[in-house]
Amino acid sequence: MTELLLDVKNVIVEYPIKGFRKEPFQALKGVSLDIRPGETVGLVGESGSGKTTLGRAVLGLAPVTGGEIVYRGKDIAHLGRRERKSLSSEIQVVFQDPYTSLNPSLTIEQILVEPLTVRKVAKKDASKRVLDLLDQVGLPSNAADRLPREFSGGQRQRIAIARALALDPRLIVCDEPVSALDLSTQARVLDLFKEIQERTGVAYLFVSHDLAVVRHLSHRVAVMYHGEIVEWGAGDQVTGDPVHPYTQRLFLAAPVPDPDRQEQRRAVRQRLMVEQERAGLEAGAA
Amino acid sequence: MFRFILRRLLSGIVLLLLISTIAFSLLYIGGGDIARRILGQMATPETVAQKSEQLGLNRPLYEQYFDWLSGAVRGDLGSSWFTGQLVTEGITSRLAVTLSIVIGAIILIAVVAVALGVWAAIRGGWADKVVQAVSILGFAIPGFLIALGLVTLFALNLKWFKPTGYTAFADSPTGWAASVTLPIIALAIGGIAGVAQQVRGSVVDALRQDYVRTLRSRGLSFNRVVFKHVLRNAGGPALAVLAVQFVGLLGGAVIVEQIFAIPGLGQVSVQATTQGDIPMVMGLVVATAAIVVIVNLLIDLLQGWLNPKVRLS
Amino acid sequence: MIDLTPTVMAPALPRAARRSLFSRLLRNPVGLATMLFLTLLVLSAIFAPLLAPHDPNSSSIQDVLGGPADGHPLGFDSSGRDVFSRLIFAGRFSLAGAALALLIALVIGVTGGLIAGYYGKWFDSVSSWLTGLLMALPGIVVLLAARSVLGPSMWLSMMIFGVLLSPAFFRLVYASVTAVRNELYVDAARVAGLGDTRIIGKHILTVVRAPVIIQSAMVLGIAIAIQAGLDFLGLGDQSIPTWGTMLNDGFRQIYKEPLLILWPSVVIALTCVALTLLANTMRDLLERSGKAKARRRPPLRPADVNKTAAVFHAEDLSSSGRTGEVLLDVRDLAIGYDQPDGTVKTVVHDVSLTVRRGEVHGLIGESGSGKTQTAWSILRLLPDGGRVTGGAIFFEGKDLALASEKEMTKIRGKKIAYIPQEPMSNLDSAFTIGSQLVEPMRVCLGISKKEATQRALKLLARVGIPNPERTFAAYPHEVSGGMAQRVLIAGAVSCDPDLLIADEPTTALDVTVQAEVLDLLRELQSELNMGVVLVTHNFGVVADLCDRVSVMRDGRVIETGPVRAIFTQAKHPYTQSLLAAILEDGEARGDLDEGNSGRAAAAALATPSISDTIGAQS
Repeated sequence: MTELLLDVKNVIVEYPIKGFRKEPFQALKGVSLDIRPGETVGLVGESGSGKTTLGRAVLGLAPVTGGEIVYRGKDIAHLGRRERKSLSSEIQVVFQDPYTSLNPSLTIEQILVEPLTVRKVAKKDASKRVLDLLDQVGLPSNAADRLPREFSGGQRQRIAIARALALDPRLIVCDEPVSALDLSTQARVLDLFKEIQERTGVAYLFVSHDLAVVRHLSHRVAVMYHGEIVEWGAGDQVTGDPVHPYTQRLFLAAPVPDPDRQEQRRAVRQRLMVEQERAGLEAGAA
Repeated sequence: MFRFILRRLLSGIVLLLLISTIAFSLLYIGGGDIARRILGQMATPETVAQKSEQLGLNRPLYEQYFDWLSGAVRGDLGSSWFTGQLVTEGITSRLAVTLSIVIGAIILIAVVAVALGVWAAIRGGWADKVVQAVSILGFAIPGFLIALGLVTLFALNLKWFKPTGYTAFADSPTGWAASVTLPIIALAIGGIAGVAQQVRGSVVDALRQDYVRTLRSRGLSFNRVVFKHVLRNAGGPALAVLAVQFVGLLGGAVIVEQIFAIPGLGQVSVQATTQGDIPMVMGLVVATAAIVVIVNLLIDLLQGWLNPKVRLS
Repeated sequence: MIDLTPTVMAPALPRAARRSLFSRLLRNPVGLATMLFLTLLVLSAIFAPLLAPHDPNSSSIQDVLGGPADGHPLGFDSSGRDVFSRLIFAGRFSLAGAALALLIALVIGVTGGLIAGYYGKWFDSVSSWLTGLLMALPGIVVLLAARSVLGPSMWLSMMIFGVLLSPAFFRLVYASVTAVRNELYVDAARVAGLGDTRIIGKHILTVVRAPVIIQSAMVLGIAIAIQAGLDFLGLGDQSIPTWGTMLNDGFRQIYKEPLLILWPSVVIALTCVALTLLANTMRDLLERSGKAKARRRPPLRPADVNKTAAVFHAEDLSSSGRTGEVLLDVRDLAIGYDQPDGTVKTVVHDVSLTVRRGEVHGLIGESGSGKTQTAWSILRLLPDGGRVTGGAIFFEGKDLALASEKEMTKIRGKKIAYIPQEPMSNLDSAFTIGSQLVEPMRVCLGISKKEATQRALKLLARVGIPNPERTFAAYPHEVSGGMAQRVLIAGAVSCDPDLLIADEPTTALDVTVQAEVLDLLRELQSELNMGVVLVTHNFGVVADLCDRVSVMRDGRVIETGPVRAIFTQAKHPYTQSLLAAILEDGEARGDLDEGNSGRAAAAALATPSISDTIGAQS
């Protein structure tokens, strides 16, 4: 058993509600999960389930009010700005929307150099590194002095990935990185994620609402519902043969791209809904 | 809805208190110097001290303020240092005149600007360009220059109106109308320009909303969707601009009254300012602020009625 | 106080556009004229002692109100001073006073806006209260009050006016900063380890710079106007020449010498108009350059990319069972958009499709394929500038492409209905849900309000809304997205349409809600025996609902046929590539230890990273 890269223990995130003496809103209600080096952990859930919040908590962008986030043996949940800065070469991010995650007024080179300047990399080395990064994500070197708007959605997401790779992180938090992309682009970007992981050994915390995407990329999968993890285990088991009633509903709700099998799945789902409702009623009555 | 009104009312009262406190401290901070300014440089220190004593200026500032405030709550804003007239009397006797031209102007603005803005937004093309160009000019040229132009053209050259003076409504309604027409137009032009631009912009925005297509897809005609849904949604931003305009009109009235020799608040203000009649100035500041607070409250209520989402925030 | 509606620019202006804003301004006729005028004005103010032929304050009794004379092109004022010289010197003081007001407003407004916008919290509410305070009084009243205590100093009044103007900048900067603060690229910069000052400097200042310059031009105009107004009232410092004091003098002599008031009026008006025009021109130039970027979808690729003939599949058992008479027959449809240069850009070419009663015809494609345009054109509800440029849309024997707007109004809702994609933005937030259901029914079906209300309540119950009365009385923002979509479905079927156009009806919904909405659509479709055009990008949705599918790409239908034929025997390479990209039922990745990535990871942990090496070198 290799050492853990990231160990999330009972994390609680609360946002204050505007108004006098209102109870704060709990976005995460004690969530635990771990990531090994080089592993992809998928995080699935519907809107409002807290999956994005967990990613932001790991990045230090959400207020952690309870629990610990241990990165390579050190709790990083409550770091100050200065200490957080030193983590920038360890943990990086790729956001969902490739249109707003790149500043539209900066060139690609300026965007990719930004993280390097924090590390005080010399100018000459930095430009060399930019070309290397563009090459890694499959973009031509003449992309460097263009503006983000000159690229398509899929290409922009490649740029965002290049920015995340700039400091050779050990962990990248990917927040719905392919959900804004078209089907064929999505497949190519996912392959790029896989290829980079196999080459560099980076680990991903991969947040998505799409069970199929997560299944494709993840070694292990966690399912979130109302701020809690309801199911957590090996990827093929959670996405293929789920145990928790919510995961079952989620699994059966996604339509299969085959008319005949979808008809069967629909029937199974409707039966399951009736059963779960009955079980819920009985539990309520007992 | 009730809580919404209450909250707005409370914040209005707090705002008034705040303004009166700040204005009072700034106006009265001079203390003994104020008496000297009234009496002139030749006055002996004894007469200055006597004047200070007489006006109560030698007492601590907060004491003077609480005196003023307790009076103000009972409707007593003190009396003028120069004429001895009660401040409330001096203001109320002129208030109606100023309000009549300001309200006249705001009605004119609302009607003309909404018509122009909607027309420009829906018609598009040249209509849009003309309205926009005229709006820029109307907005850019200072209101008092427009007033001067109107006087020169319609009163001095064409002699359609009397250049100056005011006839009370009670004396002669037609005379009153003739005496306020030019001032109202002069005041309104800048406002029409600003509000028409805003109305045009918000109608264009509202027309692009998804629900316009959906409502039309249900069989409602374009005109029906525009007049029932689009205008209501565009009304919010337009009202907000109108509220800002109202404050501007109160200020503009000061100058316009001067040009047309209309005995309104503007004249009182200019006179009190040049004399240094501080109780009168204080009264004018508070009265103006009170009018603004009341108008803002009314507009907030209208906004809440127009769009229920506003009531939440 | 003063109307200065803040214009928040779209996140940022492109770099290329920014660099050339000045040169583009010079190329624009209005921009060039205003810049020229303002430059001359400023130069004449700076070099007033050299340009003015006389001392602006030397008066001679015999010349009082004298007309133009040799060396005195504009004559004399009421004190016998040279009007032309005074006009030039007055520019110095008027412009300097306005500049002072601008400076104060900029310093207070911009710093306050940056701090409040970036750090938020208590600073936020305190400063918005202060802004409210400053906006509660007309500027001139405050200036009058200040004058009564401080005396007639132009500089002091302009400083106070600067404070009064600061909210104009504060609100502008504040709005821009709060918009940018939540942008993901600011988060990314934070994750990259950038400090606050760097983020403000690099990502935020660049965004607010252009709007602040525009606002500055407007504010200068206002300051000049108010300064002239104060002096005109006779409240200014009479010892210095300003345009306002000249106005004041001219107004007193308006009966004797009307020309006297003309010159300062003209200069003030020209200056204010030039400043406003300059601001407007800059705004127009920036907005025009921002437009290309505002479009989020990539532009359509040239249509000739794909000229291979469309593939047609024959009927099979699955599709022939469910078909009635032909409802909709679209033939060789073309849709174009009018361009500013007079040309028409065609976005949909030669699209043909048929929908029978009781049949669901899916239109599938990626973004920009023209599927939504096709759907809207059937309703004749294309966005501004868009129209059917060719082909026919036959519905019940009538060509909708040629129908008048009046005829279309009668068909929409009653015969052809529409379900949109985004539930929230498709309901009018100013009206209750109930009234938005009742109004179209009264128009389309000609029934009473009471009857329509009954019907709406029944419909709400039918689409699975648990408490119809409560939802009926609710406003759109009071219900969830899934509920709102059910309301829109209820609205679409409220007048028993024959044909339903559903534009990505489940895309904005969570997957569990999507399944319920798909069930609802299927039930309603068979209950009402409607024909349906279903626009989607999701093959799962197609498999769930459709009888027939057309695959679209670049504004053309490239393959069409019964649903099973498309899934099992796709012939067109593009359809095949789309089907190959589907991840559903693909292999799961499996455990970490099975792959070799674990080993790569262990190696990565052991060796220092590239950035460490680079860091050590520098």
